[in-house]
Amino acid sequence: MAEYSAFSLLKNALAGNKDWKPAWRKPDPKASYDVIIIGGGGHGLSTAYYLAKEHGITNVAVLEKGWLGSGNVGRNTTAVRSNYLLPQNTRFYEHSMKLWENLSHDLNYNVMFSQRGCLNLAHTPAQLDDYARRGNAMRHLGVDAELWSVDRIKRLVPALDVSGSARFPVLGGLMQPRAGTARHDAVAWGYARGADRRGVDIVENCEVTGFLRDGGRITGVSTTRGEIRAKKVALAVAGSTGRVMQLAGISHMPIESHVLQAFVSESLKPIVDTVLTFGMGHFYISQSDKGGLVYGGDLDGYNSYAQRGSLPIVDEVMSEMLALFPGLARVRMLRSWGGLCDMTMDGSPIITTGPLPGMYLNCGWCYGGFKATPASGWCFAYTIAKDEPHELNAPFTLDRFYRGLIIDDKGQGANPRLH
Amino acid sequence: MLITCPYCGPRDVIEFTYQGDGNRERPQPASQNLDAWNAYVYDRLNPAGDHNEIWQHSGGCRAHLRVVRNTITHEILSTEFARGGHKSTDNRAEGRS
Ligand SMILES: Cc1cc2nc3c(=O)[nH]c(=O)nc-3n(C[C@H](O)[C@H](O)[C@H](O)COP(=O)(O)OP(=O)(O)OC[C@H]3O[C@@H](n4cnc5c(N)ncnc54)[C@H](O)[C@@H]3O)c2cc1C
Ligand SMILES: [Zn+2]
Repeated sequence: MAEYSAFSLLKNALAGNKDWKPAWRKPDPKASYDVIIIGGGGHGLSTAYYLAKEHGITNVAVLEKGWLGSGNVGRNTTAVRSNYLLPQNTRFYEHSMKLWENLSHDLNYNVMFSQRGCLNLAHTPAQLDDYARRGNAMRHLGVDAELWSVDRIKRLVPALDVSGSARFPVLGGLMQPRAGTARHDAVAWGYARGADRRGVDIVENCEVTGFLRDGGRITGVSTTRGEIRAKKVALAVAGSTGRVMQLAGISHMPIESHVLQAFVSESLKPIVDTVLTFGMGHFYISQSDKGGLVYGGDLDGYNSYAQRGSLPIVDEVMSEMLALFPGLARVRMLRSWGGLCDMTMDGSPIITTGPLPGMYLNCGWCYGGFKATPASGWCFAYTIAKDEPHELNAPFTLDRFYRGLIIDDKGQGANPRLH
Repeated sequence: MLITCPYCGPRDVIEFTYQGDGNRERPQPASQNLDAWNAYVYDRLNPAGDHNEIWQHSGGCRAHLRVVRNTITHEILSTEFARGGHKSTDNRAEGRS
């Protein structure tokens, strides 16, 4: 498989770039595997990669109903951060951050991880106090956090309206300097190549349509490319969890599927050199390396399996953008799209053995699963290999709701549309 | 998306607030059936297709409505007053319109 180095780039450049090999093979599925992973998104691919790399389990297939990257891994706004309040989340996402910091090197694939920071704006004294509290909680666990003054914010983002006459005056902000963005497609491709090179079969255009059982135990899957047996079947299907679990006879989950939209503007000169979030509504923005502003806001807020968004949210996101950046009023929007988010009842993910024997479940990523991609795969691989959780994902059980151990970072209760 | 409120007629979705899954049954307040409470608070059917749900016409007459909507196409199949809101399990036999 193609390795990237200064030498290989030069050699292929001189040879007219005709000798690059495909980054992953296109194998037909075998009759059986040790592990089948359903879903060729970022999480499924990173799980396969770490199963092979950390646990030496290579007789693995990743089954993807479309093409690699067609799900949320290729639809998100690429923000990566670990600025959570609750220790369960902070520890998990910080583990992810550490993996991100070495990911291009580990994969020998440039995922364009850019630590340009993530700045949460505060618009009321109470909000600023709340950010100070969150920053302190983060620093207690060894995560970087700084409380920034308005002057400092103004210097970093000159286009931001920080005047007293702004609709929502800015009083300060919480900055995580190590946060940033990564090239989302490259993350999928890098993990895919890394897994493939270690022997994992990545099977595209292979939709799982049912589960094979022996008594109560899951022993494989039926797919659009035939039946495939496996000792262990792991799900990482993001917003489709409800649908796929229904194929296994589990009709109810603590999850709702909602659509989340994102937007890209025409290219501009650099104006936002960080990931900036608005504290008075739900709006966040960063600028891509090509110059496009990448931004988004709230979920549509009602159950949806349509991978497109509704107009009221477009309107709301644009007005929030203009509250922060009145100068962007005439910038044109190039594209918008939607992706399916698995909204759990406490806004936190589920990474667990079960719930059926032979099954392993990775789901419930809500808005924020891209940043989790490395740690999610890392913990899920551990859980699949050892049949028990790693201490980092031990809190993210499916039965935590029943047991009263919810991890509700936003304190919104059992209300998925608010997380 | 337009939702037809029985009082106000067809109105834009921005006038409404989503209240979630309409299939859930609230146990009697004194009930100590943990499974029933857990199901009411946390479990969702989340179908890809027709979904029975509750919306409030919060920007209009404020009535709560029972709406059947397709979660793939967003087609609204029916709307009616939710009336008694969440009925307790024991009242189920009396039925609802
Ligand atoms: C608009 C938007 C913006 C976002 N922004 C951010 C952000 O800035 N930062 C952040 O951290 N997170 C963000 N997220 C969330 C993040 O993208 C997701 O939580 C995360 O990518 C989900 O994991 P995944 O990559 O494995 O999912 P996906 O890439 O969706 O992978 C799941 C795969 O499963 C496949 N699949 C489904 N059913 C089947 C089946 N029956 N058989 C076979 N395959 C199947 C799908 O085709 C899909 O490829 C955003 C999400 C959206 C929609
Ligand atoms: Zn009305």
